[in-house]
Amino acid sequence: VSYKDLRGMKDDEFVDILEERRCSSDLGHAFRTFNPQPYKGGPPCSAADLNKALLDSHFLHRVVKEVAMETGSSQEKVMEEAGEILVEMSHNLHLPFIRLMGYTFSKVIKRLFTSIFVNMDGLNTLQQAVQENPVILMPNHRSYVDFLIISYILFTYDIPVPVIAAGVPLAEMKIVGEILRRSGAFFIRRSIGSDKLYWAVLSEYVRGIVRHGFAPVEFYVEGLRSRTLKSLTPKLGMMQMVLEPYFKGEVFDITLVPISISYDRVLEESLLARELLGVPKPKESTAGLLKASRVLQEDYGSMQVNFGQPLSVRKLCEGKINRSYYNLVPRDLPMKPSAEALACVSWLAHVVVGLQERGSLISPWSLMACLLIQEPTTVLAEQGLLWDDLTEKTLWLRKMVLDFGARLNWPGEAPNSAVMSSAISLHRSIVYLKAGRVYLTQEEVPLRRHRISPEEGVFRTAVPVLMLAAYRNQSLHALVRPAMLAMSICITRSTQRDELFRFFCFLQEVFANEFIFIPGNLSQDFEEACLCLNSCGAVYISEQEVRVSEQSSEVITFLQKLLQPFIDSYQLIFRCVCEEEQVQVFTEKQFLAAVRALALKLILSGELHTYETLSSDTQKNVLSALCRLEAVAKSEINEFKVNKAAVRRITDALCKSRQGSITIFNYNYSVSSIIQVQLQLH
Amino acid sequence: CVICGNAWRHEVMKWNGWGYSDSRFLFNKKGQAEFTGKRYKLSGMILPALKDWFEGTFGASLQHKSPATPLLNTSAVQAPTLNQDFVEELKSIGVPFSHEAEDRAFRGHGHCLHEIFALREGKIGRVPDMVVWPNCHNDVEKIVALACKHNVCLIPYGGGTSVSSALECPPEETRSIVSLDTSQMNRILWIDEKNLTAHVEAGIIGQDLERLLNESGYCTGHEPDSMEFSSLGGWVSTRASGMKKNIYGNIEDLVVHIKMVTPQGVIEKSCQGPRMSTGPDIHHFILGSEGTLGVVTEVTMKIRPVPEYQKYGSVVFPNFEQGVACLREVAKQRCAPASIRLMDNEQFMFGHALKPQVSSIFTSFLDGLKKFYITKFKGFDPSRLCVATLLFEGNREKVLQHEKQVYDIAAKFGGLAAGEDNGQRGYMLTFVIAYLRDLGMDYYVIAESFETSVPWDRVLDVCRNVKARVVRECKDKGVQFSPLSSCRVTQTYDAGACVYFYFAFNYRGLSDPVHVYEQVEHAAREEILANGGSLSHHHGVGKLRKEWMRETVSEVGVGMLQSVKDYVDPKNIFGNRNLL
Repeated sequence: VSYKDLRGMKDDEFVDILEERRCSSDLGHAFRTFNPQPYKGGPPCSAADLNKALLDSHFLHRVVKEVAMETGSSQEKVMEEAGEILVEMSHNLHLPFIRLMGYTFSKVIKRLFTSIFVNMDGLNTLQQAVQENPVILMPNHRSYVDFLIISYILFTYDIPVPVIAAGVPLAEMKIVGEILRRSGAFFIRRSIGSDKLYWAVLSEYVRGIVRHGFAPVEFYVEGLRSRTLKSLTPKLGMMQMVLEPYFKGEVFDITLVPISISYDRVLEESLLARELLGVPKPKESTAGLLKASRVLQEDYGSMQVNFGQPLSVRKLCEGKINRSYYNLVPRDLPMKPSAEALACVSWLAHVVVGLQERGSLISPWSLMACLLIQEPTTVLAEQGLLWDDLTEKTLWLRKMVLDFGARLNWPGEAPNSAVMSSAISLHRSIVYLKAGRVYLTQEEVPLRRHRISPEEGVFRTAVPVLMLAAYRNQSLHALVRPAMLAMSICITRSTQRDELFRFFCFLQEVFANEFIFIPGNLSQDFEEACLCLNSCGAVYISEQEVRVSEQSSEVITFLQKLLQPFIDSYQLIFRCVCEEEQVQVFTEKQFLAAVRALALKLILSGELHTYETLSSDTQKNVLSALCRLEAVAKSEINEFKVNKAAVRRITDALCKSRQGSITIFNYNYSVSSIIQVQLQLH
Repeated sequence: CVICGNAWRHEVMKWNGWGYSDSRFLFNKKGQAEFTGKRYKLSGMILPALKDWFEGTFGASLQHKSPATPLLNTSAVQAPTLNQDFVEELKSIGVPFSHEAEDRAFRGHGHCLHEIFALREGKIGRVPDMVVWPNCHNDVEKIVALACKHNVCLIPYGGGTSVSSALECPPEETRSIVSLDTSQMNRILWIDEKNLTAHVEAGIIGQDLERLLNESGYCTGHEPDSMEFSSLGGWVSTRASGMKKNIYGNIEDLVVHIKMVTPQGVIEKSCQGPRMSTGPDIHHFILGSEGTLGVVTEVTMKIRPVPEYQKYGSVVFPNFEQGVACLREVAKQRCAPASIRLMDNEQFMFGHALKPQVSSIFTSFLDGLKKFYITKFKGFDPSRLCVATLLFEGNREKVLQHEKQVYDIAAKFGGLAAGEDNGQRGYMLTFVIAYLRDLGMDYYVIAESFETSVPWDRVLDVCRNVKARVVRECKDKGVQFSPLSSCRVTQTYDAGACVYFYFAFNYRGLSDPVHVYEQVEHAAREEILANGGSLSHHHGVGKLRKEWMRETVSEVGVGMLQSVKDYVDPKNIFGNRNLL
């Protein structure tokens, strides 16, 4: 097996951009001649021109007039307000600051990472693409480091640096905010709500950048950093603003470039885990940033940035969108997009997230995490796992994910055992190797304290477990479809394609907030799952049937166990929701507290084996799933009301998922009840 | 039978290309382009830059020829299906007719690319089974009555310049098809100097109408680009537009009275009042009916005294966006000259390539311009700049005043006056450009133009997107060479503009170039409609664009038109199947 095959990157040439940084001057790099190819669609446009065009736009004037009418203030005043919003929002991209940022960045990333791999063919196609049409760079968001890395790479390779959508808290950081602004960041408030004027300024601002097209726009379609390293359900507001110029015919086409950033080790790993356990995120501040500088002392392995193939919005939207929708109204009339356009925006956003996932490189550590987390936590914490077992299984898993067509980042130069042990030592905050066994790392108990409460004990264990879960999640995109099929096989005990497909759809529906699937892609997802399981010999497939092969039951078992924590967490939370006898209506806060308390109790009593139920991300996902499935109704004042019968029906369908899992209701499960549930769901 | 005048048009005109037989572009033995004949200002001239432009733009080569079949192979024309009873009665009323292959083939097509391409390859599809030449309104009445009596399909034929497949015989038509050629109905019946109108037979050709009126000191001012060959009746039935519509109006503004023979009888108004409030204007059932309801036989048109003074002009803009902004401002101030057109950079380059060697008559636009650039206005990027051509008409003093006003507006948008000769040449080229397509086709290059009208706020979007769509479609459909994709804004209105597109590509390496071309044109039209452009500004719908009629005029709109057709022509005598 060749090196490239092992990495699962047959065609791409990944280059370590730090290599050159380590052997030539950072100052020289910062002052390099920056000479990108010009955009063919029009001349460059300065930040000031952009702002002026926005304030002069008919669109804004119309909205200002409306807002003035509604609020009773004068148009001048509203216009002034719009100007202030713009001042807070707008970027002020300056090349000298890009250089300054480049210099600082060189210093920092060299310290943090051993290497940063970038695919050169992706950069080459991007270089062509930015000359033709407006380009939207769409990276996934896993760490604060993501924020300027793209600009840094583009600057290094003579591609116009992007303007980047960022959250307003970043702008409020002293000095740093201004540096970011001048490095091309523009700032968006977190909760805009129904502030009409703000929406107007923001959307016209974004559209203006896209229309001019000379600078790429970079934004995180997931909206925020994923705390779980899993893809998030894409946010559609920004996506819609970015696409509107195409829908309106103001540009010929828009190019979307999905970018997959993967980390061997994420800087914020323990912060994220704590946040998931309810410790609030520290507010972004310059002081905080300086304090965090101790994280700079540690090693974070390598980082991979994979620029995906540019996507033509025009081609993707063919037949999906009727652009003549806008024909009968003035160009600059504020207008709600058509239902068709909204569906298309959502679909495109999901497509991009899907491509980000497929472009991500799976690290050896992530594969190990998949296996480690399947061990009972107490075993992992106390007896440890035999190192040889782990390495053997990891290699087995490596072969499987390669069969599934995933991209792997498995260094080919070193022996496999060295690769794996270096992964362990990079992640000593989570596990450690001692005497041929792997143990879960737990924070040391402060000396002063003699005893810790059982609850604290759970919390101390939960931190590394959730970190482990997060690294497992880096592989999930490659495994989730076959895993859902495996789960369907286990639960339905059927071999009939139709039946398996129905259950597969049901699982997708329930877990739609957990795993990102492209809407309307169910059949392809199912087909892919079948082919994956078939490719590793786990099933035989025919027209009518999917039959488990006797020899390869371990694949099915592994995949089923991979999803089990999700199933268990969902069931527990469903149960919790139904048990709340007295309270019919609750707030999100009450809900989270109740779930946490119940989970804690059950973990302590040994009834619940997964710590992931403690994760606020899981808890919120269940709540959204219940809302989506109309088993819970959300009121205008953000209170939730449960339809217990509906929740029970969903639980029923999932409950026989595994012997030994928490069985809450003893209803006999039948195929017809699932179908019934599905009918109700649709 | 004795037929006079231009009845035998194919003697002076090409049977498989545009215009007069004696006028054509060719590359001479030295490889230089020249334009033959004596009819045009450009005739007999050498165009030294054309070869390089042609080869450079299309990747074409003079070594790779794709010549046309020189003569019509009459045996390729299928034998006529004659309705003997109709023929016998026709003889008895003494209207001349013919079922010679040449006459029929000549009237079985317009000038769409696919039509001409097929002819050049010697392929003749379904053509009319006979041709009749009525001499006057009464003849037409008799012919239509006979056609109804014997259930014969009639297709009116005027100048034959259709570019909408309107003259193609429907292949599904099983009846005998008779081409009703109006060319003998070409007289000005009277001129009314008190009301400034002229009553004219509808078969008259544009240039004859203008010439004859000029002799009396008048003109209609209606000058479509096809006016050398197109007929008054054709203008009415397609809703034609003239270059100088800013002064004289389009055809619907020019007609005062129309007489049309339909299977139900003659439709006309009872008076010639300049405006009426008598329900929907029945003229608007006729205008744009594309030969589906009857034959327009006589028209009363407005006439004007021949203008005292004409002056051409041109303005160069740094880019197309500025040019459009200027045209929009001119339209806003309602001070558009008789004609104002804005060519994009590609057409500007094209114009450059057509510069004749002998430039005593044409003071070179570009030479002068280049000097301008190099000396004073270096800021203009030659790959972005574009040019507007202007034509002013009226009395001398007012023209000069008007001219100043327009140039002042242009200056606000960075426009520089670029001379009279260039403007004049720009308009002259309008008449020879159709001949250039035939030259291209001799060397594997096919070309077509299409038009639309669009609100001002979408002009730039339509231009950009349609041009880019053509380029992308060509690439996607396997065209090996990059195409020419160009546009110009040719008319301004209060609320929008008319945009004209040209596209051309070298089809070497394609097995079915016409199919590729049709796919590209189709995609381009989809793009126009998606961007808020109309289905047609003046070419009409014909059969080429009728698939989009429903979305263009709504279900009810189509129903309305259909019910008019059903009443006027229940047996579908006028069975060219255009429009609906």
